Amino acid sequence: MTKYDAIVVGAGHNGLANAAYLAKAGLKVVVLEKNPWIGGAAVSREIQDGWIYSNCSYVCSLLRPEIFRDLDLSRHGLQIVPYGGGVTCTSSGDILGNYTDHDVQRREFARHNARDGDAYHRYSTDVMRQCRFIRPLLLRTPPDPTSFRVRDIREMVYLSREFAKLGEQVIYDTIRFYTMSIADFLGEYFESDLVKAHLSGSGIIGTALGVYSPGTAYVLLHHYMGEVDGSSGAWGFARGGMGAVSKALASSFKSFGGEIRTDCDVDQLVVRGGKVRGVALANGDEVHADIVVSNLDPKRTFTKLVNEKDLDPAFVERARNFKIRGSSGKLNIALDGLPTFPALGPDNPLRFGDMHFIDSLERLERAYDDWKNGTWSKDPYLDLLIPSMTDPTMAPPGKHFMSVFVQYVPPKIHGRDWTDADRDAFRDTVVEQIARHSPDFKQLVRHIEVRTPRELENEVGLTEGNIFQGELTMDQLLFNRPFPGYAQYRGPVKGLYMCGSGTHPGGGVMAAPGANAAREILLDLRKPNTVPEGWTDD
Amino acid sequence: MTDVQPANKRRDDKVVIIGAGHNGLVCAAYLARAGREVVVLEAAAQPGGAAVTREFAPGFRVSACAHLLYLLDAQVSRDLALESHGLKMARSNLRTVALAADGGHIVHAGGKVESGPVSPADRAALADYHARLQRFARVMGKQHNRRPPRIGGGDRSDLLGAALLGLDIRLLGRDDMREFLRIAGINVYDVLEETFESPLLKGTLALDAVLGTNLGPRSNNSVLTLLHRMSGTAGGDYGAVALPAGGMGTVTAALAAAAQKSGATLRCSSPVARITLEGDRVSGVQLESGETIAAGTVVSNADPARTLLQLLGARHLETGFAERVRHIRSRGTAAKLHLALDGLPEFTGLDGALLGERLVIAPDPVYVEHAFDHSKYGTASPEPVLEIVMPSVHDRSFSPQGKHVLSAIVQYAPHDAGAGADARRGEFLERILGVLGKYSPGLRRQIVATELLLPADIEREFRITGGHWHHGELALDRFLMLRPVPGAAQYAMPLDGLYLCGAGCHPGGGVMGSAGGNAARAVLAAGSTA
Repeated sequence: MTKYDAIVVGAGHNGLANAAYLAKAGLKVVVLEKNPWIGGAAVSREIQDGWIYSNCSYVCSLLRPEIFRDLDLSRHGLQIVPYGGGVTCTSSGDILGNYTDHDVQRREFARHNARDGDAYHRYSTDVMRQCRFIRPLLLRTPPDPTSFRVRDIREMVYLSREFAKLGEQVIYDTIRFYTMSIADFLGEYFESDLVKAHLSGSGIIGTALGVYSPGTAYVLLHHYMGEVDGSSGAWGFARGGMGAVSKALASSFKSFGGEIRTDCDVDQLVVRGGKVRGVALANGDEVHADIVVSNLDPKRTFTKLVNEKDLDPAFVERARNFKIRGSSGKLNIALDGLPTFPALGPDNPLRFGDMHFIDSLERLERAYDDWKNGTWSKDPYLDLLIPSMTDPTMAPPGKHFMSVFVQYVPPKIHGRDWTDADRDAFRDTVVEQIARHSPDFKQLVRHIEVRTPRELENEVGLTEGNIFQGELTMDQLLFNRPFPGYAQYRGPVKGLYMCGSGTHPGGGVMAAPGANAAREILLDLRKPNTVPEGWTDD
Repeated sequence: MTDVQPANKRRDDKVVIIGAGHNGLVCAAYLARAGREVVVLEAAAQPGGAAVTREFAPGFRVSACAHLLYLLDAQVSRDLALESHGLKMARSNLRTVALAADGGHIVHAGGKVESGPVSPADRAALADYHARLQRFARVMGKQHNRRPPRIGGGDRSDLLGAALLGLDIRLLGRDDMREFLRIAGINVYDVLEETFESPLLKGTLALDAVLGTNLGPRSNNSVLTLLHRMSGTAGGDYGAVALPAGGMGTVTAALAAAAQKSGATLRCSSPVARITLEGDRVSGVQLESGETIAAGTVVSNADPARTLLQLLGARHLETGFAERVRHIRSRGTAAKLHLALDGLPEFTGLDGALLGERLVIAPDPVYVEHAFDHSKYGTASPEPVLEIVMPSVHDRSFSPQGKHVLSAIVQYAPHDAGAGADARRGEFLERILGVLGKYSPGLRRQIVATELLLPADIEREFRITGGHWHHGELALDRFLMLRPVPGAAQYAMPLDGLYLCGAGCHPGGGVMGSAGGNAARAVLAAGSTA
């Protein structure tokens, strides 16, 4: 049997990015994937004949441009097409548009509230300043603040210096950004409840917190710090669906000599003499390597992949307490035509972007209350897109693909598992909300794929269906992600590494965790680094 | 930190202190001891602010707002010799009784379970949990008498302050430091779920974290408010609870006596209408009576919003600064219930000897969270949580012979003070009595008189914006150098001669006196360089 230098468990985008950088450094690497397809939660799947669903993640912005360039992903077929705008439709039939042009946006806010128009400039300046602060940190390994190693102290000094450079007021703003609720934060800029509701959606997507929960302002930042083609904060579609991201990463990996095995279910890590020796597959085979990198979430890695006897009980406890808390669901819909939205009119370009049907913070908060009480939101927050309007490869000619992200959806219903009846009722809740804003929507529906946390967990392997592989709250960010003392991608067993979104800097199809983990592995192997570092602003 | 020395050069510079709350009195005492001429102006007929004991029904007295002592600063106590001015505790280290409707109460104190249906695992976990929080609370406590450092724009002493804070955290040791950095910003619900099994135990511990805040157990920042509550030693050890003899009024009476003995003048029934200016510096205050008092320094014990937006006026402030003050969150959620009882009540299954302890109705953390949910939308909890104290059990001065007083903090109360407030008060009172009735079925029949103070009443009676007892939410974005607003956390306001000394400043509310002492030091530091 061949022995590899490294095994990556899970062919998600981070696993593939990690494998690509290891292979690029000359390592013999194999990626093992349990599903017949690769991509984890960044996939394009033909669930309905002729339609391609991005059936988990559905838009792209956070993918690190340094990785995109470095792994030459455009040569490997990845094309990101930005979509302009977005819109919030209110129950009274009014709309609030999202425009890429700063002045158009300012006027749109001013249309709803004159002072909010003025505040928009201040708001966007402040948010962009925070994005510029955080972006260089994404491709850096977090320091351990309790360590006295030269490397950690140097990184702490670097961070403190970058922080100090911001100047007094901006430092205070930064602290507030990381600690406030999105509702309070927006309240410091805006008056109109609609404007606040419109902007606050980014503060709750993927997280089990409400708009009034302190900590959600950061989640907004997490959704703003990306870019498409150098346009900060912009979002785009991967042409051909999100699977194109994984495909390009896989292709890049293979170009460095890497090997991917699908239908290859890893059962357990093999540990001998306190060191990783490889993995045992579900079919009984073993694959050997002294390095195993887990792309699975931390909870799954340490409660399923690794045998408990190989771990310190305190560590297992930590893994159990890692906050995952699935909170999102999704509907993927094949449509026989383009539904109309009367509030927008037939030719409004805002339809090309994301659509929301919300008009107050209170409605959003009540949606969260439902989740807390153990059920899906009866009046959920939707992030609805029709990618096929921008990318015709997603559906047959004249037909369309609609992606509807739903917040909040709990991993269990009142403590018990989801049933098919629950799933249908959940689907109807969402369909009804859309139908209230689009009278012809229901007639156009040909097929609906419903994704509750149950499906996300069973199929993709995300525990509780959390899209970020773990909550993005302060206790699980930077040097606390996934656990204090283990934020540098190394597991508790020699030779075991983590590279999923459960590690710094978190989820959102960034590929940064995978790249950062590769840098640490190469450092341990004393190999030259192949991973880009920091932020190269061009 | 050493006592304040009389080292200033502007001895002639008179100081007016607005409000004779505990912090105003502490500030007055320190300044007077340093040789400054100090006048304290109090709107009410007696000093004390929200730390007062007053009659609410003929013969029945109660601590009208705060009713337990956790945080009174040891240094302040010592410096001002409060014991010699009559402060003493009726009881220290009060036990907490987590009431269960079925009578299966848990009695605990200082991390030890004394009785109740608690598993051995939970008992051990509580001891660890309490000890660890105490270690964290001690770090917080060390900051009380320090001026919060300015970050990024300060001088050497600010750098030193920041370094000291870092050092205190570092000295916790690796495991504790990691845990501190992990939990300081999150919510108590998650921490409790990680640690304990018993819903009743979790419920009562959750209540400790949210009392007096506009937070639920699942709101981040609730660990911070818990640590804040535990960061003093007035009740015995860190986190312990005490009941002053004679109620909270004794604390402020001792402070008033100390201030007056040092030479400060105290004028009650003298509400301040506005702070007067001469050019761009403070020139004194004008009373509602029209009288003006000239002073080069004005220190306000009123909350920041009231001081800066009402007494001073936003037009005298830089727009951005006024805007920040406007955004201080001070929506109070705690109501105060006072019951005059014609005898000692009985709680199902509770030994009468425990009636003098701190009784808590918070049967599980989800119950507490549900109670909070309503507050988010401005309505009252259908099933509120309560912290109950019966001071008359320890101290006969509260009620006539054979009769008793029940004092309870009730959350979450409706906060709208507009029309229909009386109807809302009546409705909320019914709900509270309904909840109490489940634990003490005979209580209602023993009631002789009732007083329920909603946050709006607290706002009116104690002149606290929003009736929030911290003078503004205590949260990570309003903490240390961000309290009350970023850039003005060092007690001096951006207007010459004006200072804040109340709970709205670092380190926050809870009858500590630290803010008053820190403000006095800031005034003296400015005086000595003027």
